[in-house]
Amino acid sequence: MSALIALDGVRKTYRSGSVGFEALRGIDMTVQTGEYVAVIGPSGSGKSTLMNILGCLDVPTEGHYVLAGDDTSQLDEAALAAIRNRRIGFVFQQFHLLASMPAWRNVELPLIYAGVPRAERRERAEAALARVGLADRLANRPGELSGGQQQRVAVARALVTEPDLLLADEPTGNLDSASSRDVLALFDELHDAGRTIVLITHEPDVASRAGRNLVIDDGLITSDRAASTLSGVGAR
Amino acid sequence: MSWWETVRSGLAAIRAHRLRSALTVLGIVIGISSVILTVGLGQGAQREVEDQIDALGSNLLIVSPGSSTSSSGMRGGFGSASTLTFADATAIADSDVVPDAAAVAPATTSSVALVNGTTNWTTSLVGTSTAWPRVRSRELSAGRFFTAAEAEQGAPVVVLGPDTAWELFGRRSPVGQQVTVNGTRLTVIGVLTSSGASASGSSEDDLAVVPVSTSSRLTGSTADTVSTIYVEATSEDVLSAAYQEVQALLANRHGVTTAEADFSIATQASLVETANETNRTFTVLLGGVAGISLLVGGIGVMNIMLVSVTERVREIGLRKALGAAPRVIRRQFLVEASLLGLTGGVVGVLIGVVGAQVLPRFIDQAVAISALATIAALVTALALGVGFGVYPATRAARLTPIDALRSE
Repeated sequence: MSALIALDGVRKTYRSGSVGFEALRGIDMTVQTGEYVAVIGPSGSGKSTLMNILGCLDVPTEGHYVLAGDDTSQLDEAALAAIRNRRIGFVFQQFHLLASMPAWRNVELPLIYAGVPRAERRERAEAALARVGLADRLANRPGELSGGQQQRVAVARALVTEPDLLLADEPTGNLDSASSRDVLALFDELHDAGRTIVLITHEPDVASRAGRNLVIDDGLITSDRAASTLSGVGAR
Repeated sequence: MSWWETVRSGLAAIRAHRLRSALTVLGIVIGISSVILTVGLGQGAQREVEDQIDALGSNLLIVSPGSSTSSSGMRGGFGSASTLTFADATAIADSDVVPDAAAVAPATTSSVALVNGTTNWTTSLVGTSTAWPRVRSRELSAGRFFTAAEAEQGAPVVVLGPDTAWELFGRRSPVGQQVTVNGTRLTVIGVLTSSGASASGSSEDDLAVVPVSTSSRLTGSTADTVSTIYVEATSEDVLSAAYQEVQALLANRHGVTTAEADFSIATQASLVETANETNRTFTVLLGGVAGISLLVGGIGVMNIMLVSVTERVREIGLRKALGAAPRVIRRQFLVEASLLGLTGGVVGVLIGVVGAQVLPRFIDQAVAISALATIAALVTALALGVGFGVYPATRAARLTPIDALRSE
């Protein structure tokens, strides 16, 4: 079985004048379809850079990133945009919902760029919102929803295109503990339903929900193991 | 993302910032409406002048005295000298010397007060010959013009312009009534029809016409000079021939060369041309000012679009993360700027058209709205939106999604 995600010798160097900073120093990793992986690491470890590359928001300086059979390393902005649209659903720490639009319009956004007809868009947006338990909040604007509800709208938006990969960057970072449990429970459900999820966090509690933990430090993967071991050490 | 989808999202963005969009559009509205009005004013004035030449006939020559030089060496403008005489007019009327002249009317002009009982009215008194109505293309609405015999005798008769008649007699018929000029009683024998303003702007409807000998008696003038000699050519085709004949004759009679002539000859066409040139200069000048305000309006659109891009960096980043290609983002902002421009254009045209209806009531000047100018204004407004939208749109398209998402 071929891996959904395959990174091979991925390096990322940021240049600022003559000074270069190597954020990723050679990452090799694979993620199979249906896996639930948490990437853990302290701030400055390179996990955000890794997330950007996994999300096709950025390209590696060196090495290859193959997502669902496509090598993304040499693609231009327009092609990357198309891959983001078709294959990846994003969940951000700050939700990133557009405040002027009701929930269902936020959810249909990726479908607009995919060229889905209007009627079908509304239908699929409603279905996605129902999937995350917000069937009765379709017309509410983000400002009228709680933080947890807003993040669930964002999850619905990530799911609406039926992407290969759900990529979550600190999804519980801005939520209280009840809302966090809520959203993580939703992720568990999605994982049980067969979704591939890569979650980036610095909280061991959150990481423990995933089936597999990748620890990244100083631009390198330092540990790759089943989640229970780590959570056992971290919790007790 | 389809065009229709893009337009709808542009409209939504404009609606989301109503006040700001309205203020942005205002610059374009003012620019477009003032361009339409100034061009309309220019064309309206031009049309009026053209209507007059049609009414007056285009085969008229107007001979005026040249400039005078005073003893101190000050030179006056054309018309300030008294170099034309009745003898000149009589000579031009000689069909052997000026075969292309059909009729000649010398005219003196002076300002007098006409009195009818307790009403008095100051107007210009024109002393002329019986050929005057013909060369000036004037007709009478009542009564008759004076006869050759009356002209010969210097009979105490007067023909009034319609405005003059109204001022002195109101609704009553003036024909047969008496008016007093400098103590002399004149009988009103006719009233002219209205001719409207002349090319020079003075009214041709407020005047009193008398035989030339009557005029000299009334004003106590003994001089043999006239202020204008009107010459009608036999047809429009021989106008320039008549011009040259009159010029040669007068130069010869005055003992000067045509280069240093002490008189000037204008055709109705040349007067119209002069008037049109003045109009055109004003139109270009005002149009230029209006054009500058359009440019300022366009810069306003660019300014607001740049603010909009900066303000919506996060939104742009999100849209890109969700799959919007740079091309799509650029198109979205271009469409938004174009919509602003077009809205300004449409509102500006509406205001211009309404202004064209309202303005003539206040300034006594027709405003012509041409379809071409209107379409050009709309196209310009749209082009302004697109032109000044390109830079902000390109900036939006170039934002990288990571930086855009991270900005706060």
